[in-house]
Amino acid sequence: MSLDLFFQYLFAGITYGSIYAIVAIGFNIIYNTTGIINFAQGEFVMLGGMISISLLPFMPLPLAIAGAVAITMVIGALMEICFIRWLESPSVLRMIIITIGISILLRESALHIWGESIRSLPYFYGNEISAFTIGSVRFSPQVLWVIIACGLMVIALSIFFKMTPVGREMRACAANRTAALLCGISTRNMVTLSFMLSAGIGALAGCVMSPITYTQYDIGTTLAIKGFTVAILGGLGNYPGAVAAGILLGTLEAFSISVVPLAFQDAVAITILLLILFIRPHGLFGSSEAARLKDF
Amino acid sequence: MSQGIQYIIVALSVVCLLLGSSLSALAETIKIGAIFAVTGPASFLGGPAARSAEMLVEQINQEGGINGQPIELIIKDSAGSSERAVSFARQLIEEERVVAIVGPSTSGESMAVKIIAEDARTPLISCAAAEVIVDPVARYVFKTPQKDSFAAQKIFAEMQRLGIDTIAIAAGNDGFGKAGKEQLEKLAPTFGITVAASETYDSKATDLSALVAKLKANPNIGALVNWSIVPAQAIIAKNIRQSGWDVPLFQSHGFGNIKYAEAAGVAAEGIIFPSGRLLVADSLPEDDPQKAMLIQYITEYETRFQEKASAFGGYAYDAVNIVVEAIRQAGNDREGVRDAIEGLQDFAGIGGVFSFSPEDHNGLDIDSFVMLTVKDGKFTLYERQ
Repeated sequence: MSLDLFFQYLFAGITYGSIYAIVAIGFNIIYNTTGIINFAQGEFVMLGGMISISLLPFMPLPLAIAGAVAITMVIGALMEICFIRWLESPSVLRMIIITIGISILLRESALHIWGESIRSLPYFYGNEISAFTIGSVRFSPQVLWVIIACGLMVIALSIFFKMTPVGREMRACAANRTAALLCGISTRNMVTLSFMLSAGIGALAGCVMSPITYTQYDIGTTLAIKGFTVAILGGLGNYPGAVAAGILLGTLEAFSISVVPLAFQDAVAITILLLILFIRPHGLFGSSEAARLKDF
Repeated sequence: MSQGIQYIIVALSVVCLLLGSSLSALAETIKIGAIFAVTGPASFLGGPAARSAEMLVEQINQEGGINGQPIELIIKDSAGSSERAVSFARQLIEEERVVAIVGPSTSGESMAVKIIAEDARTPLISCAAAEVIVDPVARYVFKTPQKDSFAAQKIFAEMQRLGIDTIAIAAGNDGFGKAGKEQLEKLAPTFGITVAASETYDSKATDLSALVAKLKANPNIGALVNWSIVPAQAIIAKNIRQSGWDVPLFQSHGFGNIKYAEAAGVAAEGIIFPSGRLLVADSLPEDDPQKAMLIQYITEYETRFQEKASAFGGYAYDAVNIVVEAIRQAGNDREGVRDAIEGLQDFAGIGGVFSFSPEDHNGLDIDSFVMLTVKDGKFTLYERQ
């Protein structure tokens, strides 16, 4: 393998990886406050892309993205309020099944609203064929947007959860619901907030990746599987871990093409998921001590 | 008293008889069945197909139906599932007693329904691409879309003219991609073309830059043929142009919808692909046998449904037209309709000019395809340099 090809694969891998990481971060937020996996996360990504595309004819791009993020956050909140909030001491499994149901509901509604055609936002900078060159390696400017969005999200979330009172309250809920309740934290509100936050992050991801991957009513499922793999690989609830794991998985997938046909890309991802679940269920970057204290 | 009961019985039986005769008068509508994937993953095929078929039947009925008898088109939505297509086919044949079935939209469904149509001796006019539907020929099964092998041959002939002798093939891992890849690999040697690399990718892939990097690293490759549906066919176009690889990109006839070219934006410029004449109807010469029908179909479809007409709707339009023509000749009889379809000659449709024979149940020849390219965001005839 020539050096050029090596770097070209590397960049392709980073592109895939940051897309996966961004989806994985959404999984982690809800996991951190509720201890559940929200399988409708991929649908938030799809909704973000679709809504921003629909808003674009009426407003400039940044506003359309902001609007899409806001609307998806409302949808996330409604989803929690309608389906999860009123449950009496819900079990983890029950909540997960509910999120699967909601994901199907959202997907089918999207099919009815937007149809089956593929859509995309315009490139934020340049167009479909423009590329930046480093040495002989070329990559689309949109990849930089994805990487920047991904980096900013991790930094912002880390600050939010460590520094702000609301962030601390959300973490308290995740650590021990009853104790948090005794301290006067409204756990129900915190759960709603976490759904809003992860819906917003999913929507933002859907907007920045739309020019690269296109948006179609059913992209959510594939993205959710990859994002889930990455979230597990990085250790559930661990944001920098998700980014590292995302880029690791993306790079592995990109390099695997030099050995096996590209159609096996998903097989690579699933094999890694299975291996991790068997060998290190707490993820590459998670702590086994902490994992033992959680129900799931 | 008992006489009273007898009167009632007689009266009732008279009423029954009257009802029966009026029912049989109703039954004189000609029933045509249709199975399309109106929803689900293949809805890009089934949606336009169902709309086109409905539109055509409505028109024929307004003009007085077939020999005075109105047509009843019974459309079933299979959502792309073979199981559903099979049970709908049974229902249409046994309960609705249709004279012929139009559809299904996908190759998998068509292959499943093929056996049922053969067993029940009911003509089936499939709207799906795969060659195996009519090769080997089944007595009651026909299809309207052009064959994959013609698309492959058309592409290779164009390459010969351009002096390209080494190519790479990329295909999606769905039925359409696999069938196309098989045809390409089989036919390349007969045109003296070497396939230097042949790659399959996930048809739901979100980025193909790694694949493009791999192919680009081989300097012998003079062109890439991609065989997939959206979104992959737009993604690969973008990734190739982003990587600065400047070989010609050929796509399958599945690229024939302006929405796909729009999705790829400037990256679609210069893509070469085979297609029916529908997309360039305006620029056809006046004496083209298809021109009048194409313009009529496009105008009617676009004014009525406010969306661009595509080849996919045309497949169903042709299928219904063929059945109607056969019924006009042979009456409301399955066996007669089958024979009439097989005997149709020089029947101008949307996909091409159909001439069926006992050996050929597709009825189209390679000239039903023309090579198109994308120029300034529009489809135009590919001018040979």
